Amino acid sequence: MSNHNQPVSPHLQIYRLPLTAILSITHRLTGVFLAFGCMLLVWLLAAAAQGAESYEALAPHFQAWYGQIFMLGFLFSLYLHFCNGIRHLFWDVGYGFELETVDLTAKLAIVMTLVLTFVTWLVGGAG
Amino acid sequence: MRDLRSPLSRVKGLGSAREGTGHFWHQRLTALLLIPLALWIGFCIAALPADYATLAAWVRQPLVTVALVLLIIAVFYHAQLGLQIVIEDYVASHAGRTLVLLISNLLCLLFGTVGVISVLKISFGA
Repeated sequence: MSNHNQPVSPHLQIYRLPLTAILSITHRLTGVFLAFGCMLLVWLLAAAAQGAESYEALAPHFQAWYGQIFMLGFLFSLYLHFCNGIRHLFWDVGYGFELETVDLTAKLAIVMTLVLTFVTWLVGGAG
Repeated sequence: MRDLRSPLSRVKGLGSAREGTGHFWHQRLTALLLIPLALWIGFCIAALPADYATLAAWVRQPLVTVALVLLIIAVFYHAQLGLQIVIEDYVASHAGRTLVLLISNLLCLLFGTVGVISVLKISFGA
């Protein structure tokens, strides 16, 4: 009864995911990370609402190396979620479903993310 | 088969969960609102000041206050809707899912409220 030629469903561990699938799961991961990152930034804002002393006690942690890694990760996640989110908004109104277009916008989202992260980091560091 | 739904329920078209496409639609509306706000805050976050006086002077500008309050409400509403989808997809047990959803919703509500109140306190404070 067994038919060895029948198609099997793609198994996540051995199936090479297309770029859009990778971006899809990354969209979720960055979304969850951004939610927690926003809570951390609200914590900083709450410290500022307590006054100068508590803000200036907490802010240096964001300037330290681990804080800078968080900030860079946050900005990268923000822009990836932003760019990929715009792809989703176009899909929602019915555009961009052709395979070539899907692949092109995926690559465009990644390039735009890197450019935006780099520019923001440069402007922020200088300012 | 007999339809047990009332004529009112049918004409409202909201289905058995009684919210129709509300979740989907609100996620998209907050996404649209967040397009300009996210671009703006990205640059602000990268230039986060180390001293309180600079931060407070920035928050106190009327347009910045308004934008920050809008941003915080939209972000945590968008996060609540998004986290809900992820939790519903990956937490299999019903009891676990209910508990994690409850915690996630409460965290979004809590941090959203703390964020808005903090901005207003800095903005209106002496």
